[in-house]
Amino acid sequence: MNRLGWIILSCCFAIGLWQALVTLTGVPHFILPAPKQVLDTLIKSHELIAWHALITISEVLIGLALGALLGALTALHLMVSATSRRLLMPILVFSQAIPVFALAPVLTLWLGYGIWSKVFMAVLITYFPVASNFLDGLRGTDKGFLDLATTMRAGRWQTLLQIRLPAALPSLASGLKLAAVYAPIGAIIGEWVGASDGLGYLMLLANGRAKIDLMFASLFVLATFTVLLHSVISYFANWLTRRAKGETKELLENA
Amino acid sequence: MIKLAGSLQTGNSDWLFKQVELELYSGGWTCLLGPSGVGKTTILRLLAGLETHGTFKGELKTQTCSYMAQQDLLLPWLNVIGNVTLGAKLRGEKIDQERAKALIEQVGLSEHATKFPRQLSGGMRQRVSLARTLMEDQDLVLLDEPFSALDAKKRADMQELAHELLSGKTVMLVTHDPAEAARLGDKNEIMDATGIQQMPAKKKKTILAPEAAETLKLQSNLLVALRKEAA
Ligand SMILES: Nc1ncnc2c1ncn2[C@@H]1O[C@H](COP(=O)(O)OP(=O)(O)OP(=O)(O)O)[C@@H](O)[C@H]1O
Ligand SMILES: [Mg+2]
Repeated sequence: MNRLGWIILSCCFAIGLWQALVTLTGVPHFILPAPKQVLDTLIKSHELIAWHALITISEVLIGLALGALLGALTALHLMVSATSRRLLMPILVFSQAIPVFALAPVLTLWLGYGIWSKVFMAVLITYFPVASNFLDGLRGTDKGFLDLATTMRAGRWQTLLQIRLPAALPSLASGLKLAAVYAPIGAIIGEWVGASDGLGYLMLLANGRAKIDLMFASLFVLATFTVLLHSVISYFANWLTRRAKGETKELLENA
Repeated sequence: MIKLAGSLQTGNSDWLFKQVELELYSGGWTCLLGPSGVGKTTILRLLAGLETHGTFKGELKTQTCSYMAQQDLLLPWLNVIGNVTLGAKLRGEKIDQERAKALIEQVGLSEHATKFPRQLSGGMRQRVSLARTLMEDQDLVLLDEPFSALDAKKRADMQELAHELLSGKTVMLVTHDPAEAARLGDKNEIMDATGIQQMPAKKKKTILAPEAAETLKLQSNLLVALRKEAA
């Protein structure tokens, strides 16, 4: 059986377990709904869920893109400027000691209830893993390659762009994979703290009104999106890594 | 005139070498032999203007060079052509594709020109590295065991190719192979813990045949000297 087959089988297994739990314990449907009930709700309320999902997905994607971009640019900047590195590194590391949960209410206060406070949360939570992984990669370039660039009289920028940057792509890729996992967490936290749209908001609302089936349906959509996002980013990240290690058939520009 | 004379201090009371004097044969080949770990690569790095693990004190006269390190140092994300033309790319110069292709052909890798380093054997990688070094048109060429991974035939061929393409240049070759030094060296030096000693070398500037009497004579001479050092 191929990989897809196993994934489908494993989903069926999980649903079977869930159904068995509901049947065997006789737990009331407002505590734990059966899979079929969640599916019905998913179909019945698909417009509502889709609307809120769209909001959350936008927040996550915009946040991830901005966070990754800013993180990568920060790493490049800290690579070239030792002064910035000494000045900013302690701040960056310290900022990671602040739980993002604690920042969410302030962000809502500053940026309002709309998507931007959530986007900002996602940016905050994705920025650091990208910046720090990429910077490690940029600084960890094989000394031999750098010596080679020196004897070839390469300029600083050429060394950065043609030696350090490609050599650091695998590190950037691992940063991106982490960021893809974190970004939805950031957005959902933001929605829990204060929002009038998004899956996080919908889940809280459904929970409060004892519509557990709706809550589970939203959760299911969120989880599916997160897994998809992670797969797509992993695919891209692995491709970057293979390319940096010369394991792909595609030729790089040899100018 | 490329020259190095001095000491390399590697700790409070540690020296890699205390008194070493080396003058390269201008416009020809200088071969440096010596036991592993004695400091040959370190000398080469000093001449290449690279940092070493110690502090050098003394006189160092050198110039920009083309340097082939002991490791092949091929960039894994570039294919053979990309690696051979790296120098021009790093300097933002125009890339001479024709010359690169010709060199790749001369080192016998035409069929592999678009492969990545990962797909090549150790000896093939070393030849890419050699082609990349030859691509750099510098008057000083520093080679650190450039033929060590090649089979006997390829090694002899590549020695001849390098000798031909580098004619007129000042070349320094670090090697463990006395036969190689005998064929190529216009000046042969052996390095040991006490310093560098000059050894006899061939008289004419042309490369010697591996089986020539003169080659064999020089080779055994070097071998005897190297074995004495070890004792
Ligand atoms: N980066 C480094 N840090 C500390 N010690 C080093 C470093 N590089 C070399 N050494 C030491 O300096 C000595 C000389 O090293 P070097 O590489 O010059 O030897 P070599 O003569 O080229 O040997 P080989 O023939 O094995 O290549 C060795 O004892 C080695 O342990
Ligand atoms: Mg060495």
